[in-house]
Formats: sequence, C-alpha cells, structure tokens
Amino acid sequence: MATTIHSPATQTIRNTSGPTTAGIGGWRNLLPAGGDLRAVQEYAPPPASTGVWVFVAGVCMTFAALTSALVVRKGGAPDWRHLALPYILYLNTLVLLASSVTLEISRRRVAALMAGPPAATANPARWLYATLLLGWLFLSGQYIAWRQLSAAGLYLASNPSSSFFYVFTAAHALHLLGGLYALTRVIRKLNRHVLSRATLDATAHYWHFMDALWIYLLVLLWMKL
Amino acid sequence: MHDMSAQVHAAQAPTSFIRKHVFSVDHKVIGKQYYGLALVAAIVGMFLSWVMRLHLGWTNLRIPGLHLLSNTGAPGDVMTPEYYLQLMTMHGTIMVFFVLTTAPFAAFGNFFLPIQVGAEDMPFPRFNMMSFWVTFVAFVVMVASFFVADGPTLGGWTQYAPLSAIGSASGPGQGQGVILWAASIAIFCVGQLLGSLNFITTTLDMRTTGMSLWRMPLTTWAWFITSIMGLTAFAVLMPACVLLILDHAAGTSFFVPSNLVINDQLQPHAGGSTLLWQHLFWFFGHPEVYIAIVPAMGIVSHILLATLRRPLLSHRVLVYSMGGIAVLSYMVYGHHMFVSGMNPISAIAFSFPTLIITIPATIIVLVWLGSLYGSRMRLNTPCLFSLGMISMFITGGVSGFFLAQPSLDIMLHATYFVVGHFHFVMAVSAMFGIFAGTYFWFPKMFGRMMNDTLGKIHFWLSFVGAYCIFMPFHYLGLASNVRRYQAFTDDYLQQLIPVHRFITVAAIATGVAQMIFVYNLIHSRFWGKPASDNPWEATSLEWSTASPPPFDNFGGKLPVVYHDPYQYGIEGSTGDYVMQADPRQVQSQGEEA
Repeated sequence: MATTIHSPATQTIRNTSGPTTAGIGGWRNLLPAGGDLRAVQEYAPPPASTGVWVFVAGVCMTFAALTSALVVRKGGAPDWRHLALPYILYLNTLVLLASSVTLEISRRRVAALMAGPPAATANPARWLYATLLLGWLFLSGQYIAWRQLSAAGLYLASNPSSSFFYVFTAAHALHLLGGLYALTRVIRKLNRHVLSRATLDATAHYWHFMDALWIYLLVLLWMKL
Repeated sequence: MHDMSAQVHAAQAPTSFIRKHVFSVDHKVIGKQYYGLALVAAIVGMFLSWVMRLHLGWTNLRIPGLHLLSNTGAPGDVMTPEYYLQLMTMHGTIMVFFVLTTAPFAAFGNFFLPIQVGAEDMPFPRFNMMSFWVTFVAFVVMVASFFVADGPTLGGWTQYAPLSAIGSASGPGQGQGVILWAASIAIFCVGQLLGSLNFITTTLDMRTTGMSLWRMPLTTWAWFITSIMGLTAFAVLMPACVLLILDHAAGTSFFVPSNLVINDQLQPHAGGSTLLWQHLFWFFGHPEVYIAIVPAMGIVSHILLATLRRPLLSHRVLVYSMGGIAVLSYMVYGHHMFVSGMNPISAIAFSFPTLIITIPATIIVLVWLGSLYGSRMRLNTPCLFSLGMISMFITGGVSGFFLAQPSLDIMLHATYFVVGHFHFVMAVSAMFGIFAGTYFWFPKMFGRMMNDTLGKIHFWLSFVGAYCIFMPFHYLGLASNVRRYQAFTDDYLQQLIPVHRFITVAAIATGVAQMIFVYNLIHSRFWGKPASDNPWEATSLEWSTASPPPFDNFGGKLPVVYHDPYQYGIEGSTGDYVMQADPRQVQSQGEEA
C-alpha cells in the first residue's frame, strides 16, 4: 500500500533489490502510516525500580546457592546436629517486621506530601528514622545472637549447622547493612527536598525483600529436614 | 524517563585528568578501561601459555629468566612439575575471567550498549565505575598470588575440592595461593554483578523514542542476554568462593570429607561433600562459557550484516536462539561431571539438554552461512575475523557433540580432546569475535582507522596458526593423552611428544603474530587515518554520531529511531542502506502503486 508517496515534503527511498521479507529482515519499516510515533509505546519505568528487582534477583540466586549447599551438606553426612535457635532471633524478627511497617507508613506520608500541599501530619522523616533505628536494633540483636551461640561453645567451625547459621546470618546482615545505607541516603535526600518517588520506592522494595528473606532464612534454619 | 535524562544531562563533562580518564563515570571510558585490562590480561595469559608449552615439548628445558618469576618454582630456570600446574591454573583463570568475560561483554558492551539503544549513559554510572575498579582490584589480587611465598594455586581454574580446600598439605600454592584465588574471584563476581545490573536496566529502561525491543541490534540483544546469565551465574559463584575460603581459613567442612589423609596427614575436616563444590562451580561454569561466546555471536552477526550488505535470513530466529542457549545453559552443567561419581541416571539427564543446546547453536551458524548467499561481501578485516569466528565455532562445536555423550566422555574426559574443544569455542572463537569487534569499532572509539593490510596479515597468521595449534589437540585426546600432565613419561605418551613440539612452535609463532595486532592498535591510536562518522556505511545508532562520540553520546539531542536495525541492500540516493535514525521512509517493491 503506497500511502505516503504523494506527500511532497517527505523523501522516499525505493527498494528494488531482493524479495526477502522473512522476519524482521524484510523491507517494511514499523513507522505507522501518517508518521505518528505515538503509536509506538513510549513509557519506560524509572531505572531505579527496574534496577532494584534486578539486584534482588541476584541476591535470590546467592541465597539459593547457599540453600542448596545446606540441603546437600545436611543429607550428605551423619554429623548434622540441629541447632536450637537462640530466642532473641524471634525478637529480632518482630523488630524487622516492625521496621517494614514504619517504612510503609513513611512511604505513604511522603506520597501524600508529594501529591499535594503539606497536610498537618507528622514529619514523614520521623518514620524513616524509626525504620533506620529498628534496622540497627535488628543488627545488634543478630550480634547478640552470635555472642549467645559462641558462649554456648558453638562457633563457625564447631559443626555444619552452626557453620551454615553463621554464614546465612552474616550474608543477610551484610545485605541489610546495604539497605541501611540506602535508607540513610533516602533520609538525606528527603531533608534536601530532592527525593524522587522512584528512589523511595526502590529502597522500600529492597527493605521489604530483606524482611521476607529473613523470614525464609528463619524457617530454613529452624526446620528439621 | 525524562526524569532520568534530566539527571544524566545535569552531569557536566569532567575536566580534570583523574575524572576524565581514571575515575570516570562515562560508560565509554569505562569500556576502554575494561578493554585495556583485557589486553594486559591476554598478554599475561599468552606468556603463561608459551612457558607451559615450552615445558610440555621439552621437559627439562631451561627457560631463561623463569627463576625471576619464582625461585622455588623454577630453580635454575627449570620448571618444577608443581610450578607447571600453578602456571596452568593461572593461565586458565586469567584467560577465562579477565579476557573472555571482560572484553566481549564488559568492554564493548559498556562502550556501545547505551549508544546502540540511544541513551546518554547507563542509569547507574557510579556503579558502573565501581564495577571496573572492582574488577581491576580482582586482577591485582590474582596476579599478587604469583608473588607470595609458595606461588599461586595449582588446582586448575576449576579448583576442585578437596585439593583446593585443605591448605598447604596438598601442595605448593595451596595455602595463600588458594585464598588469593578465591578472594580475587569473589571480588570479580561483585564487579560483574554491578555491570550486569547496569546492562539490564539500560536495555529495559533507557531506550530512545522508537527503539522497540525488536529494533535493537543483535549486539544489544547479545549483551542483554549475557547480562542476565551473568547476574544469575556470578551470584552463585560468589558464595561458593566464600565457602571455599571458610573451609581453608576457618576450619569449616563444606567441601572436605571425613578421614581424608593427604601426604600422611589426617585432615581435621569431616562430613563435607566434594561433589557439592563441583555442582556449585559448574552451575556457574557452564553459563560462564556462554557468557564468553554469546557476545561474540552478537558482534559477529552485527559485523557480518554490515559487510554482507543484506539482512540475515531471520533476525528473530537469531535472538530466540541466543535466548534458547542462555536458558538451556543452566540445565547442562553436569556434563562436566559425567565421571565424577554422580548417579549415571543424572548423567543422562544432563546429556540430553547438552545435545539439545546444539540445536540453537547450529541454527545460528546456519543462519549466518545461509545469509552469505546473495551477499555483496566487503572482504575487509572485520569481515575476515567474523568468518574466521564462524569457522572456529563450527570446529569447536562439532567436538562438543562427542563430549556430550557420557559413554564417549568416559574415554575423552580429562584428555586433550576436551582441551581442544574448549580452546576452539572459547579461546579462538571468542578471541576472533573480540578481534572483529576491535577492527570494526576502533574508528568509532578512537576516531581513526586501523591499518587494514596489517589486519589481514594478522588474520591469516592467526587463522592458520590457531588451526595448527588446536586441531592436533583432538588427535592427542583420541590417543589418550591426559590433560594437566606436566611431562609425558609413559610409553604411550612418548610417541606423542613430537606432536606437542609442533604445537609449541605453532603457539609461539602465532603468539608473535599477535604483536602485529598490538602494534596496529597502538600505531593507529595515534597516527591512524582519521575516520568519518560512518566508515563502514552501517545502520545502527552508534554510526549516526561522531567518531569518537561526544560526552553525552549524541551532542545533546537523542536520536529518534524510525527503522529496523539492519536495513541493508536498499537502493537509495545515499547508498545501499538506511540508518536507523534516518527519518525517510522505505517503500518496498511490492508496494508500488
């Protein structure tokens, strides 16, 4: 259908070589008739939100590898002694869950702030600080759990289940530390009024993922397979 | 999206030397830095291969100066058996990680991916800068292992447990050498993960107006698919290396079994699984070799199209095939473990997808070869290296058919047949892809043409040389020549020594020929003929900007994409091609009114 040939302003190039039209290697171009490029979808999500899910995928692979190592090691030799988890871990779990709640509250407050004139609500930064505090509290609790284990004579190399306990909790703590850095960055940007929705959302998604990951690890370490 | 472009735009072009050339967030500079690292690593790896081959051909040869590298490893310049294994390990590690993962993926990908999708830069430029410097630190740590007391590790680039996990009891270099190896690789994984993060996000979110996924060039698709593989594979190798370090330094027993006696010493570990290391390593290791070759496939496709002046038989089939290879690559890793003692039923389970994965690879080769018909080939150096890559890939791929079958692998495992196979598909194919990319993109990167005559000489010497080196490996393997041996003292191996000597001579000659390339590279960088914006008359977006591109890639105005990426063979006033950003419409013959 030669529909654009009559438009005097546009130049056309005639293709007279080769009949190949297979796949996208053919000669037709995707420019819609009339030249309206809006027919091609333009929207792309902010890179921060794609980036955080890419990063989360990588972290999932790391913990999947460690999980498979645990399963193989558990089933491979008779020296597995189930580790009784220190009770403080359950308290730490509640602390981390609470931090997710405070993060969500602050997210909604910030969204309200961005959407319209500032309402007479509490400063959203307050809730971000609360999340930060709870995060640090969680890490301190993890450290206490480590101390309790070593007081009971269970070190990294004592037995395979204690090895995996330390490896999993250390890996999670390291990634959580990264999350704390991201939260600090969000607070700093909010205080300077340069925070974007994408940055806040990405940080929140990462934090919630760390929460979910911890629940998964807790169940994994608690289970007797 | 406009948010992001405003943010990137706000970054001013740097002025200080450090910000421009050292700690730069510009993806083009980072790409060049990766290329430089890969070049240095390739020269180091090649030097190691020369020294290895000299020892293999002439066992007690005095290699002048070798004692400077290690007095314990080469007293009186004669290599000890252990030192051979140490050099072999470093050769493999440096080549696979710092050359084959770095050059085709990180170097060219960093430079050209944002330009080919029409972006100003990657979305996380500081992560990008970090990814290069982290990789650089990993290289320094790896090379540092040459200079510790015992020398580098001798366990092969695969570092199988328990040899790698029990420390100095298993040989020289197994103490500090292993720790440095594992630390270097773990650091390398972090760098590659940061890089993959940028590549995936750029491809998904930073494409310019009109650049739909199907309008992306094949190189972009290759880098995108590779970065997904990299994200998932390197994230598995990193914890494996951490567990290895813990076994070493912290007395854990992830990989070391009970009651192991090495050199009359009972090892203090208990209960670990040596197979566990192999599973973790090869789950990474097999996607890794596709990480090495898929970018080269994309580069060769991209260059072939520009030099054949006609479209491929099918663009989509090539993309689906590369994707199929990536998906299948996770299911085949056990073919490295056929004789490891694992359940033979699982051997069948791995052999089947290994044979299946040859299908998309063959489809890609057939599409390439089929597209040669009816082409108006411009036989320049990039074209020659692309065709050479196809030849090497076919040769290497065919030997893979045999290795994929457990019944044959029982005979061929750990022989030179395997060494020939992977050198063809990785060392030579991927290297030819890197060379093709260099000759093709050098004008864009540096604004000057490389010398085509020297390039052709380089090609023919490398092509003939590579076949002379690696083809005999298959015969050696069929004759049961075991790999990772430093000398051949058994009767049945003695008669193969002349073959080894021939290979050594060919290897050194081919290595010397690479100096032509290095000379061409350096000379052209400063004194090459100035290049136009589009010296190859190619269509993708990198050719619609200046050579070299300005700081923000497109001089402030992002291009709009109107066409598919490979509109070649079209008659028009300006030539036989239509660039992607050309606003003119193409009217097909069948649409004549």
